[in-house]
Amino acid sequence: MDLIKAVEQSQLRTDLPKLEIGDYLKVSLRITEGSRERIQVFEGTLIAMKGNGLSETITVRRVSYGVGVERVLPLHSPKIDQIEVVRKGVVRRAKLYYLRDRVGKAARLKEKLPARK
Amino acid sequence: MKKFMLGKKAGMTQIFDASGIAIPVTVIECGPVSVVQKKTIEQDSYQAVKVGFDEVKENKVNKPDMGQFKKAGTKPFRGLTEFRVEDTDAYTVGQEINVSDMFQVGDVVDVHGTSKGKGFQGNVKRHGQKGGHEDHGSKYHRQVGSMGASASPSHILKGKKMPGQMGNKNITVMNLDVVLVDGERNILCVKGAIPGSRGAVVAITDTKKVSKLAKKA
Repeated sequence: MDLIKAVEQSQLRTDLPKLEIGDYLKVSLRITEGSRERIQVFEGTLIAMKGNGLSETITVRRVSYGVGVERVLPLHSPKIDQIEVVRKGVVRRAKLYYLRDRVGKAARLKEKLPARK
Repeated sequence: MKKFMLGKKAGMTQIFDASGIAIPVTVIECGPVSVVQKKTIEQDSYQAVKVGFDEVKENKVNKPDMGQFKKAGTKPFRGLTEFRVEDTDAYTVGQEINVSDMFQVGDVVDVHGTSKGKGFQGNVKRHGQKGGHEDHGSKYHRQVGSMGASASPSHILKGKKMPGQMGNKNITVMNLDVVLVDGERNILCVKGAIPGSRGAVVAITDTKKVSKLAKKA
């Protein structure tokens, strides 16, 4: 198994922030159109993290124009330019699939504020 | 030059290529192998080199093999395989061959190994047949099905798919791309799956199939 880690090591990204389920993220993706490359920002709630090592993926969900959109992104992909954690949510489980059944105000998460000193 | 190597399957993962696409790879702990014997035209009427891989204790190998290792002056090895080559002059007995001497990124290889044993299996698992309904009075579940018919042909046709041992046999997976070669850490990564469980010894050779690109050139 160590050999697999050795292979993955060089491509693992260390520049990403610590992500937690329920975070509201801004993910900047590198999109290649022909020879031109531009950055597209995908915003949404982090509802699931899967896998480990280089194969780890995140599922980001947002509702846009009334339609739920989910993107599953390989976390260590070089196509991800950067990830910004906009705000953290209060959650009690590791997979927030229940948000798929909710619409409007019910689909919000309570904001998790930094601990009081 | 014919290329060959022995290795141990370490497992699978994925790595990203230059364009950012994740490709599934099998990581192989590959080499170094030691040349144990050379087969020559004068003596054996064909040319080949026999190489050993994965050092083990002396009591782990049988006496005939140990005799070969003693003659060559090498350590005893778990894997001992012969590879046909065009010319044995390039090799000397006792020589160590590193993976980076043999393969480069972009090579196309075949991987030979023993598949995972599944034991004695029926037709549904072994040959992918459908089986019958499980309910509503059906008495035909996972059986073989029609066999031999009646008066004609009144015998079972040759090659009829039947239950039997599945897996644990030699399998060659052809046309795998070499994605990563690391001579220092003895790592070879090929795109796709290879036979056997983790830790199984596999042989890697350059592919028998000539690619379309190579044909054009």
